[in-house]
Amino acid sequence: MKNDPVDVLIIGAGASGAAVAWSLADTKMHILCLDQGGWMNPAEYPSTGRDWEAKFYGEWSSSPNIRKRPEDYPINDDNSPIKVVNFNAVGGSTVMYTAHWPRLHPSDFKVRTLDGVADDWPVDYDALTPFFEENDRMMGTSGLSGDPLSPLSHPPMPPQPLGLSGPLIGKAMNKLGWHWWPSDTTVATMDYEGRARCINLGHCTPACAQGAKSSTDITYWPHAIRAGVEVKTHCRVREILTNEHGMASGVVYHDKDGVEQFQPAEVVIVACNGVGTPRLLLNSVSGKFPNGLANSSGLVGKNLMFHPYAQIYGYVAEPTDSNRAPPTCLWSKEWYDTDLSRGFVRGYGVQFVRGAGPVFEAVVSEQKGILPWGKDHHRVFRKLNGHRLGFSAICEDLPEEHNRVTLDPVLKDGHGIPAPRIDYTISENSRKMMDHALARGREVLEAAGATDLCVNSPIPWGGWHLLGTARMGTDPARSVVNEWGRSHDVKNLFIVDGSIFVTSGGVNPTSTIQALALYIADQMKQRLANLFD
Amino acid sequence: MSDSKELTAAQRADLRTVAAMIVPESSEYKVPGADDAAIQADMLATLGRDTALVVQALDHLAKLAGRPLAELDEARRDAVGQEFRSQGGAAAATLVRVVLQCYYRDDRVLRSLGLEPRAPFPKGHVLPDGDWSLLDPVKARGGTLRGASR
Repeated sequence: MKNDPVDVLIIGAGASGAAVAWSLADTKMHILCLDQGGWMNPAEYPSTGRDWEAKFYGEWSSSPNIRKRPEDYPINDDNSPIKVVNFNAVGGSTVMYTAHWPRLHPSDFKVRTLDGVADDWPVDYDALTPFFEENDRMMGTSGLSGDPLSPLSHPPMPPQPLGLSGPLIGKAMNKLGWHWWPSDTTVATMDYEGRARCINLGHCTPACAQGAKSSTDITYWPHAIRAGVEVKTHCRVREILTNEHGMASGVVYHDKDGVEQFQPAEVVIVACNGVGTPRLLLNSVSGKFPNGLANSSGLVGKNLMFHPYAQIYGYVAEPTDSNRAPPTCLWSKEWYDTDLSRGFVRGYGVQFVRGAGPVFEAVVSEQKGILPWGKDHHRVFRKLNGHRLGFSAICEDLPEEHNRVTLDPVLKDGHGIPAPRIDYTISENSRKMMDHALARGREVLEAAGATDLCVNSPIPWGGWHLLGTARMGTDPARSVVNEWGRSHDVKNLFIVDGSIFVTSGGVNPTSTIQALALYIADQMKQRLANLFD
Repeated sequence: MSDSKELTAAQRADLRTVAAMIVPESSEYKVPGADDAAIQADMLATLGRDTALVVQALDHLAKLAGRPLAELDEARRDAVGQEFRSQGGAAAATLVRVVLQCYYRDDRVLRSLGLEPRAPFPKGHVLPDGDWSLLDPVKARGGTLRGASR
C-alpha cells in the first residue's frame, strides 16, 4: 500500500524525534512521524497499583528482552556485560528514565584536543547553548543555578527537596571536601506548562503517573501536534528505500494491522537511538548501498558507547528517602575532568541514589546474600529497608570500533525484521575508571556511616545510553553524518539521536541528544533552499 | 520435569514450605510468614509470566528433596534450601523473587514496617526540604570547570 508523500518523515517519537518534529513544525511542511509503539496511558502506570514494584520485573522491565511487549524488538546482547535497556512508545525512553539532566561539558566536545584520545566533535558547546536552553524550557527542568563545576544552566523550576537522603550525602561529601550539588532533573517541582508538580511517588523510572517527570509524549508532542505534525503509532519501519539518484525515497513499514506499507517522503529523519538507528540503516540494503544505507565509511553500528555504571551502595542507621522521592537528587563532578595521576584518561560524573522500595530491597538484598532466609530475615530486613544510600558513577566510554551493533543472523522481531546484535567489551581505561569510582564511593559511604556495602560494576542492566553508532564528523571516511546531522552518502537523510555522538562524556546524555536534535533542525531550517546541495 | 503451566498440588505444597523457609512467621515482629494463606493466594493468582520458571524451580526443588519438602527434618530441609538457592540459577531466583514481591506488599507486613499499604499514586509522599546551608562549603570551595581549550 502506498501513501501520499510527505515533506518530512521522522522515524521514532522519542527524545530526539519529538524535539526535531516540534522545531520543524514552524516551517509548515507536511511532517509525519512513525513510531513502533503507541501512546501510553498514565492511568495504567505501575505506581497506580499495589503491585507497582513487581511490574518492574515483567511488563515494565527496562529490558525489552524481559518486557516483551508487542512494541518491543528483541536484542541479542549475550556478548555484552552491559545489557541494552530502552522503552518503545511515543515518548520513547523518556517514558522510562530517571530524569537526571546534566549536560555534556564544553570540554567534552574537544576530547582529542584536550586529552589526545578519540576525536573532537564537529560542533561545540557554544553552538548548542541556545538549544540546551530552549530544550530545558520545553522539557521543564528543575535545579539550582550556580554549580561551580557544571556548565551554566538556568532551570526554570527550583531543585528537588534534599529530603532525608540528601543531607546524609551532603555532610559526607563536605567531610571529604568533595564537590556535590543538587542535580538538574526533568522532574517538575512546581506546576509547569499544564503539568502537575512532583508528589514524590518515588517510582519515577518506569513512568510517572503524576506527569511530573518530563517525557516527550507530554512535553514536545502536544505542541508539535497542535502545530500540525502527524504521528502514526504502532508502525514499525522495516527499511529506508532509495531512488535511482541515491536519495531516500521513503520507507517501508508494517502498520498496526501488520500490513506492509510504503510511505514516500522528501526528507527522512532517523531518531531510533544508538541501537535502533544502525539496525534500520543496516537493514536498508540495496544495489547502490550493499553494506547498508549511509555506510560508505563502514562505521554504521561501530563505536557503540554505553557508559559503564560503577555502583556502590550501603546502609546507614538513619532513615533515608527510600521509595518516597525521585531516585536521584544530587550529583558530583569532582572526578569529571582528566587527571592522569588517577591512571586513566577522561572521567566520570556521579549521581547519588536516595534508596529503594521494600520489594526491590528484599529481592536485591537476598540475591546479594545480605538478607538471609529464616528467622533472622525480619531483623536484617528492618535494618536494610529504608536505610539505603547509593553512589553511581557514569563512566565515560570512549569509542572503539569493535564495540558494535550488527544484525543478528537468526533473531528477528515480530514482523520478521532482523534484530540487532551487540558485541561490547569494557575497555581497560573504563575498568580503571570504574575501580577508581568504587574506591571513592566507598569513602563517601563510609563517611556517611554506611555498612554492608554492595557493588554492581558494571550495572548489568544499565545500557540506557546508546551512543556513537552513526557518528558525526566532517570527514566522510571517518563519520556517518556531517556536522549538521545529514548523511554524507544520502543527502536527504538525517540522523538526530544519540548514535551521532562522537564521544560520550560522563553524564546522562538525553539533554545533549535533544539539544543536538534542535540544533540540527535549526540548521535544516536555515538551509531549506539548498538542503540537498 | 512438569510441563504444566499450572502448579500441581504437590508443587503448591512445596511452594508453601519453601516460602516459609525464606520468610517465617514472627511473633516478635507480629507478621505472618510467606506461607500465609492470603500471601500464597496472591502468589498463585499473579504468577503470570513467571509460571514456567517457578514450575521449573519447584521441579528442581522436588528432585533435590526426593519427597515433599515439608516431610524433611529441619536440617535436611535447610540443606536442600541452600543447594537449591546456590545451584538453581534464574529459576530459583524467580521463585524467591515471587515469594518476596508478594510478601512485601501484604497489608500486615507493610504496616509492621511502618509503611502505608497503598499504591504510591495519587497520594504520593511528603519530603522534608532539607538543610540547604550544607551547600555553603561547596560554594566556598568554588572550583573551575575545564574549558574547551587547553
